[in-house]
Amino acid sequence: MTETFVSWGMSYEWAWAVATICGILLIALPLMLAVAMIIYADRKIWAAMALRRGPNVVGPFGLLQSFADGLKVFLQETIIPSAANKGIFLIAPIVTFTVALMAWAVIPFNSGAILSDINVGLLYVLAISSLGVYGTVMAGWASNSKYPFFSAMRASAQMISYEVSIGFILICVVLWAGTFNMNGIVLAQKGHIFGFINAFAFNPLLFPMFVMFLISGMAETQRAPFDLTEAESELVAGYQTEYSSMSFALYWLGEYANVLLMCALNTTLFFGGWLPPFEIGFLYWVPGIIWFLLKTFFFFFVFSWVKATVPRYRYDQLMRLGWKVFLPVSLGFVVLVSGYLMLTRYTV
Amino acid sequence: MIQTFAFYLFAVLTIASGAITIMARNPVHSVLWLILAFFNAAGLMILVGAEFIAMLLVIVYVGAVAVLFLFVVMMLDIDFTELRAGFVKNFPLGMALALVLLAELVLGIGAYRAGALELGTPDGSAMAPVGESNIEAIGALMYGRYLFLFEAAGIILLVAMIGAIVLTHRQRTDVRGQNISKQVSRRPDEATVNVKPEVGQGVTL
Repeated sequence: MTETFVSWGMSYEWAWAVATICGILLIALPLMLAVAMIIYADRKIWAAMALRRGPNVVGPFGLLQSFADGLKVFLQETIIPSAANKGIFLIAPIVTFTVALMAWAVIPFNSGAILSDINVGLLYVLAISSLGVYGTVMAGWASNSKYPFFSAMRASAQMISYEVSIGFILICVVLWAGTFNMNGIVLAQKGHIFGFINAFAFNPLLFPMFVMFLISGMAETQRAPFDLTEAESELVAGYQTEYSSMSFALYWLGEYANVLLMCALNTTLFFGGWLPPFEIGFLYWVPGIIWFLLKTFFFFFVFSWVKATVPRYRYDQLMRLGWKVFLPVSLGFVVLVSGYLMLTRYTV
Repeated sequence: MIQTFAFYLFAVLTIASGAITIMARNPVHSVLWLILAFFNAAGLMILVGAEFIAMLLVIVYVGAVAVLFLFVVMMLDIDFTELRAGFVKNFPLGMALALVLLAELVLGIGAYRAGALELGTPDGSAMAPVGESNIEAIGALMYGRYLFLFEAAGIILLVAMIGAIVLTHRQRTDVRGQNISKQVSRRPDEATVNVKPEVGQGVTL
């Protein structure tokens, strides 16, 4: 895009700045629209699994439900508790929302359709996802109320625990792809299985990593069955208890943007990103972004499906799964994958 | 121009948030300002072309160390008057430490300016060799020339970690943990017993 602006007579630096801002808007605005629609889809999927109708009043098939909800919270009054630490209380939802948008900078939507094609792409994702905990912790502390505080402590322990195994899982993928660059990882999956299937997930050594990444992704984004930070039977609404109006809506949007990000990461790292699922010529006629969105929405369906069917974990079970199951298994697979690659790819 | 602007933005924010870290009255605010300082330092690293170090700074310091800091500070009940009472008493020690740090900085920069040290490239950037990314260059050095030092550092950290666990670990007998494999392998026929006791006999459990 920069070249287009340069050809219009701008200096390179200005063209770069304008192109980057346009790129950010091109990602963030459709993402917000996608989040609104995905909340609708989420509610429809739960409703279908519980044999209910779901939202069906606002607009055709209830399609405008999320926009009506958005308008409603926008018109409500923002209430700040008198005992709250005002500055941090107001910054916390902004942090959550910003961090949820930041990681999308390195997600490849199509070949070349990526905001910043940096060679530490996956490390950047890891760095940004480790920031997500601050929004929750700051909210919990600044609310000056016990339920948000419990929720904040749960959230920080939970996210730190699962980030460790996510790190090891990502190392396996990076070892196999040989690069941290997200586009490079997608391209490394081209014809990965028998030169026919474009996905790391069907590799016997990486399939367990894929399953663990899916589950860790749910824990990392605090989705059911790991939504202990907002377990309503114990903590009212968790860290969001004291929030109202737009500050609440920012948490809502940030949470769903994070869930979508996890789905997009699953797609990019294990299911070939924007590549078609099979290495057949005519499948390449379909634009890459269509494949990317289809795979991402498939994973989102899996997330909703799990939320609708699996009961919530107990906190000690959550910790046990993270530290006693995922950590040793993922560490073992780092050894297995690197050993296998050492034997086959890199001759000693 | 954008680089210059970004440099001054990051540099000013790093120094300012570092200063506020010390001056903030609330310890939680201090930690949050410290996190901002880490973050801007990472920005400076990116400007000199050391993107791998920048990402590690964010992952390790912001993502892990500062979370633990915040976690601990949030739960501490700190008495501010007591903290300030120690200020005069510890002032000479603090000044001495600050002077040592200042002397080290002056010496280091002096040595670098005199050309006695060969660190990085002369223009102050930390560029990797041409045609190699940061990660590949660091990896080749760590797993090549400095392999044994790197592994020794790893072993020392492992020993420290195990030591900390051993020191704090205590065997508790009063808690009843959940044995999941035992629960899963339980079958109805061994869990329930049908008995028909005579009148006045009761059952043994």
